[in-house]
Amino acid sequence: MSLIYLSAAELSAKLGSGEVSSVEATQAHLDRITAVDGDVHAFLHINAEALKTAADVDARRAAGEQLGELAGVPIAIKDVLCTIGMPSTAGSRILEGWIPPYDATVVSRLRAANLIPLGKTNMDEFAMGSSTEHSAYGPTHNPWDLERIPGGSGGGSAAAVAAFEAPIALGSDTGGSIRQPAAVTGSVGVKPTYGSVSRYGAIALASSLDQVGPVSRTVLDSALVHDIIGGHDPRDSTSLKDTWPSFAAAARAGATAESLKGLRVGVVKQLDAPGFQDGVKLRFHESLAMMEEAGAEIVEVSAPNFEYAVAAYYLILPAEASSNLARFDSVRFGLRVNPAGGGTVEDVMAATRGAGFGAEVKRRIILGTYALSAGYYDEYYGSAQKVRTLIQRDFDAAFAQVDVLVSPSAPTTAFKLGEKIDDPLAMYLNDVTTIPANLAGIPGMGLPIGLAPEDGLPVGLQIMAPARADDRLYKLGATLERMLEEKWGHTLLSQAPNLTPTEMFAASEGAV
Amino acid sequence: MSESHPEPADGITADVVRHLAGLSRIALSDDEIGKLTGELGAILENVAKVNEVATPDVPATSHPIPLTNVYRPDVPGETLTLEQALAGAPEHDGSRFKVSAILGEEQ
Repeated sequence: MSLIYLSAAELSAKLGSGEVSSVEATQAHLDRITAVDGDVHAFLHINAEALKTAADVDARRAAGEQLGELAGVPIAIKDVLCTIGMPSTAGSRILEGWIPPYDATVVSRLRAANLIPLGKTNMDEFAMGSSTEHSAYGPTHNPWDLERIPGGSGGGSAAAVAAFEAPIALGSDTGGSIRQPAAVTGSVGVKPTYGSVSRYGAIALASSLDQVGPVSRTVLDSALVHDIIGGHDPRDSTSLKDTWPSFAAAARAGATAESLKGLRVGVVKQLDAPGFQDGVKLRFHESLAMMEEAGAEIVEVSAPNFEYAVAAYYLILPAEASSNLARFDSVRFGLRVNPAGGGTVEDVMAATRGAGFGAEVKRRIILGTYALSAGYYDEYYGSAQKVRTLIQRDFDAAFAQVDVLVSPSAPTTAFKLGEKIDDPLAMYLNDVTTIPANLAGIPGMGLPIGLAPEDGLPVGLQIMAPARADDRLYKLGATLERMLEEKWGHTLLSQAPNLTPTEMFAASEGAV
Repeated sequence: MSESHPEPADGITADVVRHLAGLSRIALSDDEIGKLTGELGAILENVAKVNEVATPDVPATSHPIPLTNVYRPDVPGETLTLEQALAGAPEHDGSRFKVSAILGEEQ
């Protein structure tokens, strides 16, 4: 049994018992990356220190040191997160080769828990996109079908776990960048409650929406990662001071729960829409039937203002992004382009940003600048903020009736690379299901619920809970995961086509 | 910086986009301006629907979870060293970031 097919929890058990070393586990994943990442392109950078770090963890374990549960387990890190010793580009040309002088808090917590950073994963430039096609370094390919998108912006992290290049990864979710890639790759991902995971060292897109979270193949693995990265951080002024329960304990309780008796599950009428793909609707309704059979009460709820969520989002996000991305000024870090014939610092700035930003980033900065301009602030940005209030009220009313809300994670399965790249508005609609949670700050999970019969591609379920009730996601998610896998007789990802090792075939033969 | 406004959404012209690009400090080619003019118009037409429900009685929300301002104790913490701070700079002189002229000839 190859080590790459183990979940992080299974791998950690073998590491703990001494059956497997962290060096072996890390090497297995590095070999897998070498074998398949030429085709998948989940990674932008591989950590040259990974094996050294793994050897260090092995030595400390051998010396009898008590290590955390995931110590020695490899993890991939989305390139939006600052990492000492590894370039952090956020998928942008403007940060090509930039090595930050500090770690994001979530990265320091991974290191403190002795996980092994494998490398940095591909993403849409500055997390603007739903397909990774806006990465300056070329798109990531979906392991289920290399001609298709892996979702975005965190398509690299989702593809890395779905292609067994890493058991777990970190992502960030501003409007669905963890949950939508999970849906189209058949993996699991969680956007935690806003403020529950530190944003320090996460290159900012829209500060009132961004949240870092776990990416994995199982619900329990996401919970284990969430337990490590979550909690108050004095370096993030929006960090919540709450004490959080163990999400791994919630996932374990969910995995062994006999029924869903007493659980009220709300179906958002507006997110069970006629325009969604048939196979998505089919699997979604099957999962509702499964929950009902297990004792849950299914309640239809209405969220009339969700209709305005995408519009509000595409005003608030560009507005915040236009301000956040002002830091790329060609002075302190990143690219500098000197215009022909020289010029003032402002000319250099404009030439640098013109050359260093891709089309989608330019589009959103210009849109945000417009939305914030003096004559139009009330009409656009101000109105979008009011819609935000209305969406929160919709959620409040819904959660007064039910414990969790569910919807399809994405309206369709993975579409073809190139299909929507020239139509920004069509691309923006991919996130219609995920955006409301970001606007309201509530947590959401995406998990696989089957394959669409018409194309054989993964379909995801989104579970949403009230702010601070992230544990409900893990509990229900783990119960559903168990019931589905019992029904199927296997995991969903075990049905993904085998990726053919490309250039490394010879090398692995030589290694025997 | 002048306070002149771009024209309304239904009148997104190339000049408006050029003005916004100037405010955003992004040099754009004429091709890019042409493309963005159409796209921006289409996007704004779509997002303007927020005004259908954003009535005067609805308060605005800027932040999803209610928070108050945060202070930290006024004690010096760890800071970046000079080398660390300059490590990513496109140009520096060993202790400062180097930039080209701040003022143009006409200023």
